Amino acid sequence: MKAKGSVFRYGDNVDTDVIIPARYLNTSDPKELAQHCMEDIDEAFITQVKKGDIIVADKNFGCGSSREHAPIAIKASGISCVIACTFARIFYRNALNIGLPILECPEAASGIASGDEVEVDFDTGTITNLSTQESWKAEPFPEFMQELIKADGLIHYIRQGGMD
Amino acid sequence: MGMTMTQKILAAHAGKQEVRAGQLILAEVDMVLGNDITAPVAVREFEKIGIDKVFDTAKVAIVPDHFTPNKDIKSAEQCKMIREFSKRQGIEHYFEIGEMGIEHALLPEKGLVAAGEVVIGADSHTCTYGALGAFSTGVGSTDMAAGMAVGKAWFKVPPAIKFTLTGKPSQWVSGKDIILHIIGMIGVDGALYSSMEFAGDGIAHLSMDDRFTMANMAIEAGAKNGIFPVDHKTISYLAEHADRSYTAYAPDDDAEYVREYVIDLASLRPTVSFPHLPDNTRTIDEVGDVPIDQVVIGSCTNGRIEDLRIAASILKGRKAAKGMRLIIFPATQKIWKQALQEGLLEIFVDAGAAVSTPTCGPCLGGHMGILAEGERAVATTNRNFVGRMGHPKSEVYLASPAVAAASALTGKITGPDALDHTIGRNQADES
Repeated sequence: MKAKGSVFRYGDNVDTDVIIPARYLNTSDPKELAQHCMEDIDEAFITQVKKGDIIVADKNFGCGSSREHAPIAIKASGISCVIACTFARIFYRNALNIGLPILECPEAASGIASGDEVEVDFDTGTITNLSTQESWKAEPFPEFMQELIKADGLIHYIRQGGMD
Repeated sequence: MGMTMTQKILAAHAGKQEVRAGQLILAEVDMVLGNDITAPVAVREFEKIGIDKVFDTAKVAIVPDHFTPNKDIKSAEQCKMIREFSKRQGIEHYFEIGEMGIEHALLPEKGLVAAGEVVIGADSHTCTYGALGAFSTGVGSTDMAAGMAVGKAWFKVPPAIKFTLTGKPSQWVSGKDIILHIIGMIGVDGALYSSMEFAGDGIAHLSMDDRFTMANMAIEAGAKNGIFPVDHKTISYLAEHADRSYTAYAPDDDAEYVREYVIDLASLRPTVSFPHLPDNTRTIDEVGDVPIDQVVIGSCTNGRIEDLRIAASILKGRKAAKGMRLIIFPATQKIWKQALQEGLLEIFVDAGAAVSTPTCGPCLGGHMGILAEGERAVATTNRNFVGRMGHPKSEVYLASPAVAAASALTGKITGPDALDHTIGRNQADES
């Protein structure tokens, strides 16, 4: 599986309150949530994002509230993958559980700028900056998490008997 | 190599003799929690699994506390959906307004968490119950759905960071000041993926309410959980609230800690987190002149009876500054009644406070105290992110109930020891 798109670049500690402000949490409809994704730190995001685009951030992406609405909003906005130096732990598990691809790779994060075209090969963990021709390899996920990803999230994993 | 408290609890719930940091395990859970924001998503995911009934109707708690009393039609619909689900499923621990409270104050009060248990909650502040010597951690809605269906959750066993607390804190230094100090010291990702394990003789000086506040904010350092040893205060609290047996775990002497800190509580000062991150801390002596528009006292972090008593001791016989909006929300119905019986609510009302029914509302910018552009609030809550309490250009300063109450009186961030204990007292009260 591959993803390819242009990059929205953010810094440290992007919290789930700015990914999707609580004032919009009176719904859990993915499309409605997506309309407000990132608006408190980047009003232009939702008007510019195209299907397949990629978010790249520094450390502790998705910190704060456990709201799954955050990865849901990101996924529904068309984002194909989030690459960060590190992820906050609840966001990390939520992303895996709902099937939003994420990759931890500090080297790639520091070598990618806003607007760069980036390609990600999830099978090999290879991240390529097509704008600069640099490429990096993200740490592979542990086996259990790979199974979760393969199953397209926790619910399908349970349906397949994964937690029996 | 030995295990930490967290690792021992996880091992026991995974049916293993021992676990190691980094190991992926499937653990049985003793309680699965959700609220009116996270449970609707969980219910939808639960229904996709194809299992008709929750794994145990006594081990699921659903508390509509965020946008309740229902703030608008959409919120009312979300509450209706989880109310109907709870009824259909026969969920024993569903708490409607009038008997409810903010979930993390409510569950310990109702005796739904005890030492040695594993609790997952679709709310990041589920880590609060570490104060009771339990392993509890925030998860998302899908994890909640899975937990409700099969009574299990997957975990990566966390490495541990040890915080040895020594000495006795001074009069106005509370659990809030200690945890803000720690977050300021290690940063908002200082304990990422790790457990924060508290130890040391200084813990004896901390009340259960102090410990709840500290464990509550472990997530603000990125931690998976924060956990306190079980001592005589924990045992008394559990005897009063939880009528059942439990297991008190202690760390092995040779447990592994990736880092260790020693904190002399006597050296700490009241501490305030400046916008827009909880780790942006300053002591009260360093805050300078910061005028404020609103003070919020309450939340799962600081809405317990002791927090209200401290605030009342400062507000008694005084008036909030002209133009100040002082909002106080006791965390549960029981705490509200206790505050009524102890005369605290009268003190608050006389001081010019609006006293609210329990709700998470203002803390997350939901309702009951939203900030306009450019406004500043001192809040005893847990997050001061951009837009957390309202407009993206508003500001939240996190502080203890004592600092919040003192600030309400002066209209700017103020430490309680800076208040003149005679000036500002209501003349009628003095006479």
